[in-house]
Amino acid sequence: MPQENGAGSKPRTIIEKVWDNHVVAEKPGAPALLYVDLHLVHEVTSPQAFSGLRERGLKVRRPDLTIGTTDHSIPTHNRDLPIVDKIAETQIVQFEKNCNDFGIPFYGPHSAKQGIVHVIGPEQGFTQPGMTVVCGDSHTATHGAFGALAFGIGTSQVEHVLASQCLLQTASKTFEVRVEGTLREGVGAKDIILNLISRIGIGGGNGCVFEFAGAAIRALSMEERMTVCNMSIEGGARAGLIAPDDTTYQYLAGRPYAPKGEAWERAVSLWRKLPTDAGSKYDKSIYIDAGALEPMITFGTNPGMGIGITSAVPDPSSISDPVERESLDKALRYMDLPSGKSLLGHPIDVVFIGSCTNSRISDLRAAAQIFKGRKVNPKVRVMVVPGSQQIKQQAQAEGLDTIFMEAGADWREAGCSMCIAMNGDQLRPGEYSVSTSNRNFEGRQGKGGRTFLASPLTAAASAVMGVVTDVRTLR
Amino acid sequence: MEKVITFTSRIAALPIANIDTDQIIPARFLKTISKAGLGDQLFFDWRYDAEGNPKPDFILNQPEGKQAQILLAGDNFGCGSSREHAPWALTQYGFRAVISTSFADIFRGNAVKNSLLPIVIPADAHKALFAALEADPAAQVTVDLAQQKLTLPDGSSVSFPIDEFARYCMLEGVDELGYILQQEAAIAAFESARPLSVNTLA
Repeated sequence: MPQENGAGSKPRTIIEKVWDNHVVAEKPGAPALLYVDLHLVHEVTSPQAFSGLRERGLKVRRPDLTIGTTDHSIPTHNRDLPIVDKIAETQIVQFEKNCNDFGIPFYGPHSAKQGIVHVIGPEQGFTQPGMTVVCGDSHTATHGAFGALAFGIGTSQVEHVLASQCLLQTASKTFEVRVEGTLREGVGAKDIILNLISRIGIGGGNGCVFEFAGAAIRALSMEERMTVCNMSIEGGARAGLIAPDDTTYQYLAGRPYAPKGEAWERAVSLWRKLPTDAGSKYDKSIYIDAGALEPMITFGTNPGMGIGITSAVPDPSSISDPVERESLDKALRYMDLPSGKSLLGHPIDVVFIGSCTNSRISDLRAAAQIFKGRKVNPKVRVMVVPGSQQIKQQAQAEGLDTIFMEAGADWREAGCSMCIAMNGDQLRPGEYSVSTSNRNFEGRQGKGGRTFLASPLTAAASAVMGVVTDVRTLR
Repeated sequence: MEKVITFTSRIAALPIANIDTDQIIPARFLKTISKAGLGDQLFFDWRYDAEGNPKPDFILNQPEGKQAQILLAGDNFGCGSSREHAPWALTQYGFRAVISTSFADIFRGNAVKNSLLPIVIPADAHKALFAALEADPAAQVTVDLAQQKLTLPDGSSVSFPIDEFARYCMLEGVDELGYILQQEAAIAAFESARPLSVNTLA
């Protein structure tokens, strides 16, 4: 529970407040025992945890604080037909059995509430300010957009949380990311986070939790805030959060699982005490001028290898550190890219619009705005994958599906799809994609595939032109 | 949990920074519902060509790599996805420790839960170790978890930090979930002290 700061007590960041509110016990020589308010579970990282429970004869302690959905390995088309991949099918069937056996609410492939785990949490109002949220998935930081301390865990810890609703955890350092100024036309939330990661590198936030603050963050919608927090892990931070404000409460009010009536009023009054106290100290800080940003794109094989879309790909020979030089050189060999020139005009084969980073209704609207009245370049295969079935319904109600299909894009069912390429949606070896997802690691979107990470606007503009395109120049 | 004791081993060197868990175990192998067989899929796309034949220049396909229980890698090892399949694959292959200058947070936590030691050493010692292996690929090091000490091929040693609780669990074979469940009374007290109106899904 959020607590009022006593007079004279040390000012605390929101990160410290949420942490302090959830410490069950602290013993010398051991990490804190931290209580978990919301545990999201999916088919890929949980089977071995449920097996562990069965072997020990344990129950799920709080199935009422646990949600299960299928997202990673399910097909995004022909949901009425049997799943072709029998290994994936076994995993999905086992997951449904696990949820049923242990009494966990399950949003399966045919549920109207099915979707990417980090999309449905906020959508249903499960995710609320001041909570601790965990999931066996590194993009759990998405829920930090609500002022929750949300982070990914491994399968051992999934088992711990299922059994005890707690995990052993050491407090992270605090890292303030202050983004001031006003974003320019064509520049959005994805560009803020890609810029941060390009500046600090993918290990820059190791050991830390980000707090995103400043006028440019306040000006973002909840969906945009989720995009920013989502990629905290790509900056090395397990979690990233944004203090709740009226934007948060407006988004949350009336959602199915948000508090109602008097409980809502009481909750909001407590949530208003969460923001960082004046005079709080952070372990690290960085400042970003939003007005100076341009659309970002990655050129390499980790998300830190990003540049402004008009900037040149860096030259390995200009880097003094030998390991960094070799890493860049290796990345450019894999990507088969020259250094010293921008990516603008580079041919592409696939555009993927989706993932827990950019599959919400505002992302689809942004892409549709580009596709409306235009055609996808015939050389490019475009997949638009909504983050949830509810987003799919909403998009169809707005006619976005018609815009996508008339432009020549493929309109799919909800899931992780080509972000992780487990379900058959993938690049062929050597293909280039512009992708709104979060990782450009070697083979991430399919063995031998090459990924340029970018915003939905950049992805859609590139789909139309058939080459990497600056959306600001699209006519 | 398997107890970790002192051991001496050859080293497989992967002088690459930011090795992510998608490289350690590609996502397509995550459709399994068990832990079996992951060792064969370790570093699969670096280890095998498109036809599934071993790539001769990859370290795990060379004699020194096959005999190693220790992996030496570049900075920020284990970044990216939280998949615990990464330490499962590493330990099933036969690795008992990874040496680097730093580890990604989630990987480090997952590793110690599987008795895989994440050993952080200073940059100069890390560089010297790569050089020593270049000179003698059969060189060995000794890991002593109790003393938190790594003895290098030249006989010198470096100390390494490790989370105190993780060290205790690995030395004593303590089961972490068992340890948590012993605190049932504290958990129940915490739950009953919280009003139900906030932060429940009911």
